[in-house]
Formats: sequence, C-alpha cells, structure tokens
Amino acid sequence: MATAQGASLDRKKLMADPIMVSTIVVLVVFLTLFIIYPLVILLVDSFIGDGGFTLDIIKGVLAKPAFKTAIVNTLIIGAVTGVLSTLIGLLFAYVEVYVRLKTRFLSGLFKVVSILPVVSPPFVLSLSMILLFGRSGIISKTLLGIQNSNIYGMRSIIIIQTMTFFPVCYMMLKGLLKNIDPSLEEAARDMGASRWKVFTSVTWPLLLPGIGNAFLVTVMESIADFANPMMIGGNVDTLATSIYLQITGNYDKQGAAAMAVVLLSITFIMFFVQKYILEAKATATLTGKASRQRMLITDRSVRVPLVILCAGVAIFVIAMYICVPYGSLIKTWGRDYTLTWKWYEKVFVNYRGGQAFTDSFLMALIASPLTALLSMIISYLVVKKRFALKGFIEFASMLAMAVPGTVLGVGFIRGYANGLFRTGALQFIYGTTAILIIVFIVRSLPTGTRSGISALRQIDKSIEESAYDMGANSFEVFMTVTLPLIKDSFLSGLVTAFVRSITAISAVILVVTPATLLITVQINEYANRGEFAVACAFSTILILITYAAVLGMNIFIKYFGTSKAQEED
Amino acid sequence: MAKEKKGVRIEHVSKIYQDPKTGQDFYAVHDANIDIEPGEFVCLLGPSGCGKTTILRMIAGFESPDEGEIYLGGEAINELTPNKRDTAMVFQSYALLPHYNIFDNVAYGLKLRKMDEKTIKDKVTRILGLVGLEGMENRMTNQLSGGQQQRVALARALVIEPGVLLFDEPLSNLDAKLRVDMRNEIRRIQQEAGITAVYVTHDQSEAMAISDKIIIMKKGVVDQIGTPHEIYYQPKDEFVADFIGESNFLHGSIAGIEGNRAIASIEGCEVPVSAVEGMSAGDDCTLVLRPEAALLADTGVLPCTVVLSRFMGNYQNYQVMVGDTLVKITDFNPKNHKIYEVGDRAFVDFKPEDVHVLSGEGGFTVENI
Repeated sequence: MATAQGASLDRKKLMADPIMVSTIVVLVVFLTLFIIYPLVILLVDSFIGDGGFTLDIIKGVLAKPAFKTAIVNTLIIGAVTGVLSTLIGLLFAYVEVYVRLKTRFLSGLFKVVSILPVVSPPFVLSLSMILLFGRSGIISKTLLGIQNSNIYGMRSIIIIQTMTFFPVCYMMLKGLLKNIDPSLEEAARDMGASRWKVFTSVTWPLLLPGIGNAFLVTVMESIADFANPMMIGGNVDTLATSIYLQITGNYDKQGAAAMAVVLLSITFIMFFVQKYILEAKATATLTGKASRQRMLITDRSVRVPLVILCAGVAIFVIAMYICVPYGSLIKTWGRDYTLTWKWYEKVFVNYRGGQAFTDSFLMALIASPLTALLSMIISYLVVKKRFALKGFIEFASMLAMAVPGTVLGVGFIRGYANGLFRTGALQFIYGTTAILIIVFIVRSLPTGTRSGISALRQIDKSIEESAYDMGANSFEVFMTVTLPLIKDSFLSGLVTAFVRSITAISAVILVVTPATLLITVQINEYANRGEFAVACAFSTILILITYAAVLGMNIFIKYFGTSKAQEED
Repeated sequence: MAKEKKGVRIEHVSKIYQDPKTGQDFYAVHDANIDIEPGEFVCLLGPSGCGKTTILRMIAGFESPDEGEIYLGGEAINELTPNKRDTAMVFQSYALLPHYNIFDNVAYGLKLRKMDEKTIKDKVTRILGLVGLEGMENRMTNQLSGGQQQRVALARALVIEPGVLLFDEPLSNLDAKLRVDMRNEIRRIQQEAGITAVYVTHDQSEAMAISDKIIIMKKGVVDQIGTPHEIYYQPKDEFVADFIGESNFLHGSIAGIEGNRAIASIEGCEVPVSAVEGMSAGDDCTLVLRPEAALLADTGVLPCTVVLSRFMGNYQNYQVMVGDTLVKITDFNPKNHKIYEVGDRAFVDFKPEDVHVLSGEGGFTVENI
C-alpha cells in the first residue's frame, strides 16, 4: 500500500511551517547536548579505555569494597524507605478519601504536610534531626540527658527520607483512591463483607499497581537523594555520596564516571519498570470515574485510631520543620535558648549571604521561565503534533527524570570541562553561570513536561484544529489558543521550576565553581563544619523565599487564572 | 456572500491507517471519487467507521491522502496546510475558544487575516445577525446553550467566507428536537450565504432533510451518490436500501420479460415488476419493497400469514410471513382500514412500479457490515 504519499505530504506540510521546524531543531539540539550527550560521555568514560572497548574500568570500581558497601547501603535504604513511605502515604490517602474528618484543623494539617516537601530545601529535615536528636539535641540531651548521642547513620537517613518522600506517595495514592468507583465497594459490603474484607479484597487489589508505582518512585528518589545522606549519613556512604566524594576527595573523575554509570543503570531499570509496566497498569485498572460521592466512614472504631496515627505523624513532621527557623534564632543550641538575630547578622556580614542569595535567586529566576516555556512547547509538540523526531523529544525529556542529579553533574564535568568529546568545542560554557542555569533547566524539565502533557490532554484536539482551520499557523495557534488554555499549568510549572532550581544541590554542587555562591551549597558546607545555626539561618531564608513564590502563584491564579465562569463549564 | 463558490473534486483518494490491535494496514478510505458542484450541499452518510470523517478531514487538510489528489475550485491542495486552505470547518464539539467571548471567537479568523477593526466589527455583527445571535457579542462561550454554541461555531466558519464549508456531525451533541430546528437553520443559512457545503452525518433523516446530494459510504468505499430521492427509491444495493429507511427484501428470480414489464418469481408466486436494463429471464433478483409501499388486503400479489399486528396511533404495524420471508408492512391512517389479527391469512399487495429490482441474490445488509 502506498502510505508514502501521505507521509511525504505530512512532511511537506510540516516544512511549510518554518517556526515549528526551527523550534524542533533547537529542542533536539538542546536535548541532545544537555541530556543525551552527558550520559553518553559517562558510558564512553566507563567502557572505552586506551585499547578500545573494555570492562576493566567498571570491574575496577566494582572491586572496591567501599563501593560495594555503598551499593548495598543504597539498595537497603531505598527499599526500606520505599516500603515505609508507601505505607504512610497510603494511610494518609485512605484517611483523607475514606474517613470523615470532622475538624478543619485536620484537613489543614494534611494540606500542609503535602505542600511542605515541595517548598522546603532537601536537607531541612536532616538539620532538624540533628537539632532534635544530635549531641546537643533538645530531645536527646535536654530532655533525656543522653550524652554523646550519635544520630548519624543509616537509620537516620531512612527516617528522614521517609518523612521527605511519603507526601509524594500520599498525593499519588490519593488520586487513585478517588478514582475507585464507590459502588464497587458498596457491592462488596452488600454481599456481606466486613470493612476490613472490603479493603483486602476490593480496594487493595485495585490499588496494587498504583502502590507498586508509588513504591518504585520513592525508591528512585531515595537512591538519587544526595543531600540527606551527605548531611546525616556520617560514615555510611550511598552511591550518590560516594560519587561526590570520588570527585571532591579523590579527584578521580573517571572512577566517578564509572560509579555514575552503575547508579544510572539501577535507576534506569526502575524507571522503565515504573513507566512502562506499572504506570500503565495503575491507570488501566482504575479508568472508571467515580460515579458519585463516597459514603465516608464515620465509625469511631476506625476513625479514631487512624486519625490519631496520621495526626501524630503530621505533627511530628511539622515540628521538625519548625525546628529549623527556631534553631536559627537561638543563641547556643542545647545550652542557651535566648532569642537572637546574631546568626542572621553573621550570614550576611561574615558569610557573604547576600551574594549567595542574589546568585541563587537570579539564576533560578532566569531558569524558571525558560524551563516552563520549554516544557510547555515540548508538551504541545508531543501531544498535538506528528513529526519524525517526536519520539526522541518525548523520550529525552522523560529520560532526564530517571537521571540522578549526581550522575548528571558528573556527566557535565566529564562532558564539558574539556569541551565536547575533549575537543575543546563549547568548553567556554564550563564554569559559567550559563551551565548552572542549564543544569537547573534540565533538572526541572521532566516535571514541567509531565504536568504540561496532562494539562494538554484535557484540551479537546478540535479546539486547536479549529484555530488552525481558521488560518492560524502553528505559532499563532500556540500563542493564542494553547498557552492561554494551559495558563495555570504554565504558571505552576514556572513556580515549581523556580523552587526546584533554588533548592537544587545534587547536580550543581559538582558543577559550581568558587566564583558562584549557591545557598544550598552554603548550607551543606556550614552543616558539615558543624555551624548548624548558620545553616539554619540560611535554610530559613530559603524556605521563606520558596514559600513566598508558591503563595504568590496561588494568589495570582486565584485572581488572574482561569476565570470562575470557565471552571463551572 | 462568499467571494467565490468553489467546487470540490476528489480523485482516486485513499487513506491507509494501521489497526492499533493487529498492527495491520487497512484502507480507511479506498479509491474515493467525488465531484461536488459549487454551491451544492452534499452529505457524506454512513455508519461509524465508514471513512466519511476521514474524507472531510482530508479536505480540511488535517489528514493527508495516501493516494489520489483533492482539488478545491480546480486547484490541487494536497500540499497545503489547513491554515492555507480556503475551507472552514464546524466541529462536532463546537471547538469554540473558551477564553474568548462570542465576538472574539467569530472575529478570530478575520483578525488573522489582518482586517481593520471597522471591517471586522461590521462582518461579525452581520454574521451574528444571520445566525440569530445579535446582541450576544460579549457573552462567554460557556454561558450559551448547545444550540447557541453551534450557531457561534457556524458564524465563525461563515464569516471568513470560505470556498467550502465543512461540517463534522455538527448536531450530534444536541437533543432531538433542537437537532431538527438546527438542521433547517443550517440549510437556510447555507442557501442564503450561497456556499458550498460538505456535511458528515450518520443520521439518515438529517441527510435526507438537508442535502442536494447524498454520498453513501460503506467500509471506506463510496457506495452510491445521488439525490435523496434517488437514494431512497433506487438504492444501488441492499446496503443502501437497508441503511436509508426500512426495506423488505424478497429474493427470487426473473421468470420473463415483456417490453418494460417483467415477471419475478418470488416464493412460487408471479410478481409483476418494472423491467431493469440488462436483466434477462432466469437471472436471480432481489425485490426491495418499502413497508409503506405495501398494503395488507384480501386479494393481492403475495399470500401471507400475519404474525404481528400492532396499533401505533398514526399507523398499524404488521409483520407477515411470505413463505419463509418476514415482511414488514406499515399501514398509515388505519382508522377506516380493515385490521388483520395475528394468524389471519391475507395478501401483500403493491404496484409494480413501487418495487425496486436489484440483480443478484446476495448484496450487503447493514448487519453484516
């Protein structure tokens, strides 16, 4: 059959749209240079020796006992964190969707818990863990009188990561639970099943792929986490911290590249299982929209214990977050609890805090609109257009999600320190702020693209076709129809990119040069030196900035976002 | 109103899709040849999946034909993108821009054509008058009923004065009564604007009511093209006869031909019919008999037994067995007619010119599509 004519006509129509063609070319070049190439160069580093292809480099790395321990540590931490986060997330989601919460206080608590990890820098919980349970911790020393309490180690990493990641599971599972048609469970109740039986025989099996999905996402996050193991791991190394230390301590960049490949292959396997097996299943089993409101559980015997459990966890998490600003206002933690501004003075007068905030802030400010626009363009092309390189663009931008920040950082060092393939080409961007901004963009692109894609899928294809049919070209359609319709998603993508950029550490800590000061890097440094009060002061200001950004976005959406009239539709 | 009415010519056009389940290619449209005169109102009619929407989308430019060429006003348009084609489409879902008000929706195409504000205002006001929405310029689209939204969609398409207007099942989201009103309205506006229109629908009564010409499609193939009258009274095959209105099919053979008269042998009875060109004695044939063209009587052409008799108000609904064949008969205004009951023996009566003769025994029915 002569499909060739249709395909060639499609191609001709595409070429008749120069803006679109150049956009695609720019995107492909960007994604190739800054996502694909850094990963390729790591593979080259690990498998190409002086005499061509070799496995010796990888074998050498794997033979180191310290590295083997790091792999085992990472996997144990990942698995335990994954199980705990999923369970706590499920508990929260179940209570929110199934149990009648009488007070607004409780629903407010749930909301706070779901927002906190979004707006807070990655190592805040580690800091407060040290403040609460460390050598001069409020609980460990002041309350219990334990001297020399050792908080550092695997147990702390697991606790901190669980508290950091369970809200993500909670949000994912909440969405799934809401999509379960209540009549399925009512049918089971009607046949005589107890509530527990309904949960085990109906709700749980329906949810299982979604739970697997949440578990894997958490494991991936845990494995990729750099900041927390760095701050609270003590002498327990994970893959991410080993790679970092290999570069900053041993100056062994090729070894680090090989380690990065090991880490990358672990996250890749999980990513593909998650994306192509579980994600599809999770949504396939729950396609039916809930036909009507669910009868909420009001039995005291179910409600009271579940609510107490959730409230306990939530309050503990919030208390940990409060610890950090408190710690920044205290004279000497563990001894003298007089309020003082002296740490803030120190931050700005002695520790060049002003420059750190300006640098971080400006870079995030530049990166975030670029990220938001880029991710919306990618989503538009992926959802609404057909062209040859579409698969590549979609794949590359999603791939970035599976790449841990540390791996990307090593990839950028290996890929650009001596120019492209060590030829010196593009070497000039290495060590500049431009490359940091690019790192920010690459790190936030997948999240933005994913939310853009789901926003665009909601829009009836024929709305854009009608504009096209009226005589608008692709660019005009995008500017007058697509972008206004996904304004909210664009805006939230903008703020998410800003928050992620200003709180980022894992990749940039490897790429940053002493000329640029980043808040997160500063916090890491002062915490490692034991100057926790200064780290707290830095963190508090950072939390305030990110919170202000999120708050500003919500206010903006409320007044200038999709109008109320439109929402009623 | 239109600058220039344009005809549409579709020459040997095919479109190939891949079956998502089996991964095999199949023809969504196969070798379609259609000639639409300027100013004509043409309906593409067929069951779902017959390729009618694909043809419409190929005219609009959203799909590219895999074989053949499409001409608009004599000009080959295969390589033009949708925004460069002189077509305007009215979508099934209306596809109004939700962030614009009515005026801006209708003015959208004019603004893209860089017209000055005064002209735009005049044109929009005039067209809103034509579709009966004057004074609604500042409403948002979600403040309108479905019928009103459809009028906006129509106004938006009309205002750019396209060479051809395309309709993709525009009324299928409306309720039954509004559908009838709107189709009359669309026909009126098309006549007033004097514009070529191609209209896709699976609703036969809509197609009958609205078109100058109907194109019946079946499994990607153009089955018959004709006026509503031709399609109804001279269906080309059993598929068309069954798809448009109700039909009884009586299978048999030609017993003899005399001039323009012929005798068909059905269930052992001799049935006088009009002769068909190229048919000779001994050939298999199928008679198409519309339920309203036949009567139940004490004497007549075919003996039968009544198996169902039901009073429906404006008609009496009969089902009778002629030999092994079930025949439906609709007796309109039955008040003063004799009513037959189940089990009665009677005759199916009809005039020779009221049956349409198809050659051959087989043919398609809607069921086996």
